[in-house]
Amino acid sequence: MNYYDILFYLFAIITLVSAGFVVTTRNVIYSAFFLLFTFFGVAGIYVLLAADFIAVVQIMVYVGGILILLLFGVMLTNKITNVDIRTGTGNLLPASIAVGLLMGALVSVMIYTGWKVQPGEVPDTSIKQLGALLITDYLLIFELLGILLLIALIGAASIARRDKE
Amino acid sequence: MFQVTLQHFLVLSAILFSLGVYGIVTRKNAVMVLMGIELILNAANINFVAFAKFGNFGFGGQMYALFVIVLAAAEAAIALAIVLNIYKTFTNVNIDEIDNLKE
Repeated sequence: MNYYDILFYLFAIITLVSAGFVVTTRNVIYSAFFLLFTFFGVAGIYVLLAADFIAVVQIMVYVGGILILLLFGVMLTNKITNVDIRTGTGNLLPASIAVGLLMGALVSVMIYTGWKVQPGEVPDTSIKQLGALLITDYLLIFELLGILLLIALIGAASIARRDKE
Repeated sequence: MFQVTLQHFLVLSAILFSLGVYGIVTRKNAVMVLMGIELILNAANINFVAFAKFGNFGFGGQMYALFVIVLAAAEAAIALAIVLNIYKTFTNVNIDEIDNLKE
């Protein structure tokens, strides 16, 4: 085992353990904060996969944006004064069995499929190539995503707006 | 065995995906369901980036991982706006108690 392997297992354990707490702890606030560690672990996995820019975007968008949005959602939809930030759970036993079967099937497929691995050379940084691809091959998707974000912004603001009584 | 290969990343993302599905199925709070969806999107992203590295496909996989992150941000904003509206109407966000289309 070299440093790469040790780092992979470290980040994998961080990701999976905190993701397990996200879906099992009963306090919604705790879940949100464990989700923070999950996102950081996944960012570390991206770095190990030579995707440095994706890792930075992961931290900036997920931790800086989506997690804050989720925390706002938790704060605004719970009675903070009554300390009722707990969430109910249902269907625990059948869900555990079904998801266990699903996980077993997925993991065995991933392990026993003969993936044809052909690693290419890893460039020092991926930002230059990603930027060039964004304005050449993926230009249409890039522009459409810009329009989609604008629509989502306007839509979210108009849906969540308070009615003037 | 301990040498990290493509399979290790794929197994990691499969377990993360299953945990996300478990969160979506068992939780009653709508915000928790959103967190499960974020876990699933992260698992899919790990697959994209892993195949891009180990398959010598260039940067296409990383581009799609970026697009998935953008879509996740838009989805979270819209979904939380809807959750806020549900809270204003029903004064809770337990998805098993919300069974009216109209008040």
